[in-house]
Amino acid sequence: MSDVKRIETPLTQEKLKTLKAGDNVLLSGVIYTGRDAAHKKMVEALEQGLELPFAMKDQVIYFVGPTPAKEGQVIGSAGPTTSGRMDAYSPKLIAQGLTGMIGKGLRSPEVIDAMKEHGAVYFGAIGGAGALIAKRIVSAEVIAYPELGPEAVRRLVVKDFPAIVIIDQEGTNLYESGKARYRTV
Amino acid sequence: MKEIHVDEIISAIRTLCMEANYNLSSDIMTGFQSALKSESSPLGLEVLERLIENADIAHKEQVPMCQDTGMAVLFVEIGQDLHIAGGNLTDALNEGVRQGYEQGFLRKSVVKDPFDRVNTGDNTPAIIHYDIVPGEALRLIVAPKGFGSENMGGLKMCKPSEGLAGAMDFVVDTVDRAGGNPCPPIIVGVGVGGTMEKSTFLAKKALLREVGIHNQDERLANIEKELLERINRLGIGPQGFGGLTTALAVNLEVYPTHIAGMPVSVNIGCHATRHKEITLQGRESK
Ligand code: SF4
Repeated sequence: MSDVKRIETPLTQEKLKTLKAGDNVLLSGVIYTGRDAAHKKMVEALEQGLELPFAMKDQVIYFVGPTPAKEGQVIGSAGPTTSGRMDAYSPKLIAQGLTGMIGKGLRSPEVIDAMKEHGAVYFGAIGGAGALIAKRIVSAEVIAYPELGPEAVRRLVVKDFPAIVIIDQEGTNLYESGKARYRTV
Repeated sequence: MKEIHVDEIISAIRTLCMEANYNLSSDIMTGFQSALKSESSPLGLEVLERLIENADIAHKEQVPMCQDTGMAVLFVEIGQDLHIAGGNLTDALNEGVRQGYEQGFLRKSVVKDPFDRVNTGDNTPAIIHYDIVPGEALRLIVAPKGFGSENMGGLKMCKPSEGLAGAMDFVVDTVDRAGGNPCPPIIVGVGVGGTMEKSTFLAKKALLREVGIHNQDERLANIEKELLERINRLGIGPQGFGGLTTALAVNLEVYPTHIAGMPVSVNIGCHATRHKEITLQGRESK
């Protein structure tokens, strides 16, 4: 198994510098959830000069819409959703100081440019490992847009949340380098 | 004539929705285990181990393995000599889905209108494929389908001149373009022939076949093997992090088609490809 880096949030520029594409990371601390509908609302709020549900500086957003929690559970199954649907919104949040995103799948060149310009990383969580990831979430609280149900913005406290650095702040992309290493066509 | 009451159908569908989402089928688990032996990427191995752990937790705690508990796709085979009593069959199937998703703490992921996008709140309507077969039984298959993988499928109306080689290239290209989005290791359903919609239906239905079971036609089985090998040489690997295990299986189904065409459809199933089924026997009507 590969070496593991332990990272505590908030994710400052200082900590970002230590992260490279392909790193195996365990994240601990506060992170926030948001999917398409919440991103749309946050960007609309920005455009209207309204306050965001949380200050973006040095924060991490996890693209997830969990299943309903059973009795006794902090949160239902909570694996990552496809990040590409957030591409239209992410650069605006990165410009506000967001330094980390967790999701799965490819990102657009615009997102990667914003990450390089402002300093941010993109982590991949294991798609479909919703039951396992839920175990690493210590607390969950809806802090905005409750009307969106599973898509509401939640403040999570996580402990040893497993993630892989897919794209680092230099723009190195594991989806490309990893594929190239094992490609024989 | 034998009959089945709708209440029995509702209850069966409810249970199948939950079971499909909580319990990874053993053929996929076996696929993970054998991939552990052949994978050489350290990150790929780590992903496979975590997927196995995830499936164990979901099974033990009876919670969904993945938060995208899917749109409920139902395959229903009705014996032609069977009578459905007590109500409308389609309503009963949807009621089963409604109860299963509500009582099973499954996520409601269906919007009423593709443009307005307001959630229906109960994961209905289901996508229902009916088939009439001989006999007096009712076979129900529930296959919840997540859209991370569904979105990465494709259809190409190939020209007959493109031949087998063209069809195979389209399949491999579709998987290559999908990259890590459909949560690899994936299962690739391929439907070739028929009309446009017949080929997409075959591709979806192909995902119901167990991992490791090849098409019974040897010629088609060989095509499946060759496609699997080509796909696993793409390097995408578990979760797209790079590696040798991009797909666990390629399942190909074919159908007669028109002299002027060759529709080729690819439906990608993620590692959480779920399907559970039951066959209900009709009882003598009173
Ligand atoms: S593609 Fe499958 S495993 Fe991945 S998030 Fe969707 S349903 Fe879950």
